[in-house]
Amino acid sequence: MEEALTVHRLQFAFTITFHYIFPQLTMGLALLILVLKTVALGSGNEQWNRAARFWAKIFGISFTMGVVTGIPMEFQFGTNWSEFSKMAGGVIGQTLAMEGVFSFFLESSFLGLFLFGEKRLGPRAHWCASLMMFLGSWLSGYFIVATDAWMQHPVGYAMQPDGSFALASFWGLLCNPWALWQYAHTMLGAVQTGSFTMAAVGAFYLLSRRHIEYGKLFIRTGVIVGLIAAFLQLWPTGDGQGLMIARNQPITLAAMEGLFETQYGAPVAILGQPDVPRRTLDNPLMIPRALSFLTYRQWAAEVKGLDDFPQSEWPDSIPLLYFSYHIMIGLGTIFIAALLLAAWLLFRRRLFHARPMLWILMLSLPFPFIANTAGWITAEVGRQPWLIYGLMRTRAGVSPQVSAGSVWFTLLGFLGMYAVLAMLFLFLVYREIEHGPEEALPNAVPARAAG
Amino acid sequence: MATIWFCLVAFMLAMYVVLDGFDIGAGIVHLFVARTDDERRTVIRSIGPVWDGNEVWLIAAGGTLYFAFPGLYASSFSGFYLPLMMVLWLLILRGTSVEFRSHVVSEIWAQFWDGVFAFSGVLLAIFFGAALGNVVRGVPLDASGHFFEPLWTTFLPAQQTGILDWFTILVGLAALAALATHGALWVWLKTENALAERARRMAQLSSWAGMVLAAVVTITAFLLRPSLFDNFSAHPLGFIFPAFTLAGLAGITFELYARRERLAFLASCVYLLGMLSSVAYSLYPRVLPSSTNPAFALTIDSVKAGDHGLRVGVVWWIIGMALVAAYSVHTYRSFAGKVKLPEAGETY
Repeated sequence: MEEALTVHRLQFAFTITFHYIFPQLTMGLALLILVLKTVALGSGNEQWNRAARFWAKIFGISFTMGVVTGIPMEFQFGTNWSEFSKMAGGVIGQTLAMEGVFSFFLESSFLGLFLFGEKRLGPRAHWCASLMMFLGSWLSGYFIVATDAWMQHPVGYAMQPDGSFALASFWGLLCNPWALWQYAHTMLGAVQTGSFTMAAVGAFYLLSRRHIEYGKLFIRTGVIVGLIAAFLQLWPTGDGQGLMIARNQPITLAAMEGLFETQYGAPVAILGQPDVPRRTLDNPLMIPRALSFLTYRQWAAEVKGLDDFPQSEWPDSIPLLYFSYHIMIGLGTIFIAALLLAAWLLFRRRLFHARPMLWILMLSLPFPFIANTAGWITAEVGRQPWLIYGLMRTRAGVSPQVSAGSVWFTLLGFLGMYAVLAMLFLFLVYREIEHGPEEALPNAVPARAAG
Repeated sequence: MATIWFCLVAFMLAMYVVLDGFDIGAGIVHLFVARTDDERRTVIRSIGPVWDGNEVWLIAAGGTLYFAFPGLYASSFSGFYLPLMMVLWLLILRGTSVEFRSHVVSEIWAQFWDGVFAFSGVLLAIFFGAALGNVVRGVPLDASGHFFEPLWTTFLPAQQTGILDWFTILVGLAALAALATHGALWVWLKTENALAERARRMAQLSSWAGMVLAAVVTITAFLLRPSLFDNFSAHPLGFIFPAFTLAGLAGITFELYARRERLAFLASCVYLLGMLSSVAYSLYPRVLPSSTNPAFALTIDSVKAGDHGLRVGVVWWIIGMALVAAYSVHTYRSFAGKVKLPEAGETY
């Protein structure tokens, strides 16, 4: 049973982590493509249209990957977490079903039109198709975040006589305050992934002295949109999300910060390794009193440490939680610094010749993906040992009759299949980048059928 | 309220079978009817803009099943753990084969994805059929609503049943024939010349095989589970569903000879819808019968979600479906008519 629980968790963690590489890119690119199409429509400059077509190809590849890896996510609630589904399906099934009915149909219909219909639709209707695609993908993000938010902070439900949860307030579920903060924070993360990807491809073009005009366009768009998103990511959304955790999941906050003892004027640890058995933070580098201020807006406020709570309530992997949180925060800070520098160089008209900065932009490509992933690990490991915070333990949610051996079999299957998918994705995207945006003519987009 | 949701979920699943059925069916017949690279590109292109939207019906139906009948979702998905995971892997293969085939111009690359497309189509049809076979026959549910059934046993009748055994594989083959017909009729509808003619002949062949298999499956199902007949004898009005099925079958045969591709494809849609609604009608109000003790069967009332949620759901479901109907009509209209490949030097 204990082994089965671990393998069930590993499989969900692996498949969701792999899946989320793609939606964060498509949601970010959906906004950026809309920006490119809007400028093209406003200025009538064909270059922006070509840029949009180029990114639509990469969007298409990423979208396919998101679709094929997304279906297993919905099925796994039933296959691997059947007790959870039985108890909570009446509530979170709402948002999951609505995602299918409201966003996926919208997205899939308009993606086809966007990729194939540019000539037939004309510029205005084609811009509309990009708007619908953006709405579909961002709506889908909301339904998923609302589902997760209910597990983090259950609202709008009623307990049934058999112990299951039924929906009591539809708007309560959809307007969960946790969902609003988490959604804003998540989407800004996706925008940064899209922006850094765009800027990195632009930097690659400038450094390799190809497609110069497009390289400049990509860098300019990526740096400006990315900088705005990076600031909003920190404040107000990061701050708001942190306050939600401090108020509703104080144990999680203590574990994220590596705060073992309750303190007045608690510090923020920038570096350090939590030693859970000894209940200390090794090699710490602290900013005194900062945690108290961030949490309660008072430098001397008391922040509860882990020792105030029974160990059975602690998240079960404190080092993983601590590090993923610190990786997220650290990378977020570096993004702001890098983008500020790039924006300043852009403003001084020196960015396109500043090769070290271009190198930084190009090499930064993987880091927003890592930061987004670390953020989700923080949220989900932080929720442990609960599956639905305060209501249902993770161990109570697994499918009782699925053996550890069966899950090992499917986990290994997913590992193998996703390894192949990852290689295919990199290969196909690299080919598009190599091919470049110059020849992106209308409807020459073969992403969804032979062309 | 539970009955309404039973109908809505059955409707969504049936839409999935009819719509994604022709994508899967096109995959089944792909290697046989399309010989040259141009012909194969034509087949892929005929489903290219729509397959993803069609697959959304499965996701939406799954989500709706989850929210309306969480108990059924939990019990059936975990009980069918391994076969469902294999379906997921096959869906991944099918999706990537349609999308990625055209990204690289290379004979080897195209042949590889054609093979993957056909392989996943054949197995998906058999697996979906076998799933239906299991639901019709019932599974060894216990009092808590859980079950475990081996993936296969000895495949012989009169032995312990498996998820895949003689009966469910028979249903799987019937589904394979039905979807092959459906897919071949789609290819016939969307293409011209030699390819269309080969598709027509393929549909003829598979529709005969399909009729024989469907007859055998129907007879064995009633022998295995006489209670499937109860609803029909209680409310003879329900015979309208099998009547639709037969009309669809007759329509396919007749229109194939009359060479009217549009009507033949519509007849195949009627056939699939009639078949699935007959099954749904004979099961109601059960959603998963028990093969061990009839009292352990899952019924709509034992697995449904809370009433408030179901009532709210009807409102957004109707709004959502109206939107879906609008997009679908628009999409299919945009891509109506025979598929034309771009000529050399032309971009579209």
